[in-house]
Amino acid sequence: MMLELTDVKKSFAEPDGGELPILDIDRFSLGPGEQMVLVGRSGCGKSTLLHVISGISRPDSGHVRVGEWDITLFTEPECDRFRAEQIGYVFQNFNLLPGFSALENVLLGMRFAGGRTDRSRAKHLLDRVGLGHRMSHKPTQLSVGEQQRVSVARALANRPRLLLADEPTANVDSGHQQQVIDLLRDTCREENVALLIVTHTPEVAEQFERIDNLEDFNRAVVK
Amino acid sequence: MSLWKIAWRSIQQRSLASALTAFGMGLGVALVVAVLVIYGVIDQSFKRGAQGYDMIVGAKGSPLQLVLNAVFHMGDSVETIPYSYYEELNEGRFSSAVETAVPICMGHDYRGFPVVATIPDMFDKLTYLDGREYAFGDGRNFHMEDPFEAVVGDTAARKLNLKLGDEIQPAHPGENPEAKQDSDHHPFTIVGILDHTGTPNDRAIFINLEGFYSMGCHAFAPSVAQTFMQGKKSGAGEDPKHAKEKPAEKGKEPPATAKEAQDHEAHDHGPVPLDERQITAVLVCTDQSRQRLAMALPGVINNEPIAQAVMPSQVISQLFEGIIGNIQLLLLILAILVVVVAGVGILVSIYNSMSDRRHEIAIMRALGARRVHVGAIILLESILLSLGGGVFGLLLGHGLVGVLGPTIAEQTGVAVSALQFQLDELVLIPGLLVLASLVGYLPAAAAYRTDVAKSLTAAQ
Repeated sequence: MMLELTDVKKSFAEPDGGELPILDIDRFSLGPGEQMVLVGRSGCGKSTLLHVISGISRPDSGHVRVGEWDITLFTEPECDRFRAEQIGYVFQNFNLLPGFSALENVLLGMRFAGGRTDRSRAKHLLDRVGLGHRMSHKPTQLSVGEQQRVSVARALANRPRLLLADEPTANVDSGHQQQVIDLLRDTCREENVALLIVTHTPEVAEQFERIDNLEDFNRAVVK
Repeated sequence: MSLWKIAWRSIQQRSLASALTAFGMGLGVALVVAVLVIYGVIDQSFKRGAQGYDMIVGAKGSPLQLVLNAVFHMGDSVETIPYSYYEELNEGRFSSAVETAVPICMGHDYRGFPVVATIPDMFDKLTYLDGREYAFGDGRNFHMEDPFEAVVGDTAARKLNLKLGDEIQPAHPGENPEAKQDSDHHPFTIVGILDHTGTPNDRAIFINLEGFYSMGCHAFAPSVAQTFMQGKKSGAGEDPKHAKEKPAEKGKEPPATAKEAQDHEAHDHGPVPLDERQITAVLVCTDQSRQRLAMALPGVINNEPIAQAVMPSQVISQLFEGIIGNIQLLLLILAILVVVVAGVGILVSIYNSMSDRRHEIAIMRALGARRVHVGAIILLESILLSLGGGVFGLLLGHGLVGVLGPTIAEQTGVAVSALQFQLDELVLIPGLLVLASLVGYLPAAAAYRTDVAKSLTAAQ
């Protein structure tokens, strides 16, 4: 398995001192190079699940295995390093750093992976997403669709084994949604990267063979 | 992509706020540079004035007043010592420890510039600034046998627009020299203009000691003085002390002090007889090949009732450490406080920007940056702002010194240039690094503690 979650629980503290359960997942998995969509209504814990998978948040209990590693056993710096090297992340609002050019945003993704930044790969990825001619542009000089393409290139910069995309088409106009999905699917296939997309857009979801509804297997969700 | 570059980009992104913050730091550093350079200028202008000789022999009293009077041509006239003391130093019982001795008489000025009566050895045998020989930009040194010749310092010549052949009439401070033109005081003719030395001598006018003793206020009629000097001329190469053996007008009461002498105006006086002459001080170069004798000499002189021997370098150092050093310390503390306040400005600026930057920090963390990475980026930003402001301050401070250099040189005689650095300035860079690290610590810690998941979710 590329990704395997077992007995994962996560809750947040409430202002009154109580605890609000967000995730209670018995088992969830994703195969190597597999592409799937995770759906669910707002507040059902989709983003939290991605944070737990990527090591940004730690589960209260349970195990998260990515490849052969159980990242819940990692220290925080190990987890950061692992995330930089093995996981790509595409955000709903792109999250490009405004002070950096498109090329530098991709290089920034490489910087924290420990090795040397590979400019030729960064340029190749930008070429691949159709932005070879806009590498030196700042995010504010790019269209919304172009910004999301830069974030896809950045997510693939370190040759990850798993790419997480959190509502990647939510801020993109309908004319460009398909381009973004095609780009994600094609590039992940080319790089043999497993893809997990979180979306609530039916047109996006129905293009994938595997569609899981988080509400179906997250016992923390009140039905 | 290095962390430095990431920090730099962050500064660029907030260019106006960053520039203003660095500017504040720059002003503080410029102030420190100005204090250090001004201190250096004062230090040099004091210490270099007394270079070229290592001892001053003058009347007992305040050593500081003697040094100010003899070296810097400043302050009230001091009491005088007999001319014979010069003779003792030059050829008498103290001469074995002395290499060069030069008598000086103070108490006159010319249009506000001090007039020093001395002998040609002042420029022939004494040196200045670590052994540099006096040179004449125009003309020559005055001759012993021509009592009414004068030499002018560089600044004095420029300020008074004096040139070779001009005649000057020294007067007591407060007197109008023009009013003396018609008197029977013999004027002094300028025969040489000194090159710039960067010492108080640049602002002085030097007249022949023999002429000084022949001035109306101390002497017989000029013609008699010239006769006296012509008598000296017949003994070629003789020193003034040898002239004692020559016939000289006697019978006049010697002035007890230079001050009395100055107040004593009488037109029927001739040159003061040698054994009645008084001098302000003797500038002494001790013989370094006879160090034991040279070291004992001040003690011997000080044990005698008439004169005192002072080491100008010691007196100047005491003056510096006692008064000027404290003022400099106070100014330096104020300037450092300005730098510290500017440092706090950097802290406030970065810390205030943290709320806007939590999202950026969270993005970097999501991309795999460790807590230490984001903390280091903020710390580097603080260092870049401090160092950038510091370099700007150094340039500004030295630029100001460069602009003010000609004025400083004219007022103090010390040539300063924009490229003249004080050794203490080397402390600025490590000092700024420490300050930047201290003020950057708090925002860096805030960056370190940023909750990634919360910041990412909040931005959606």
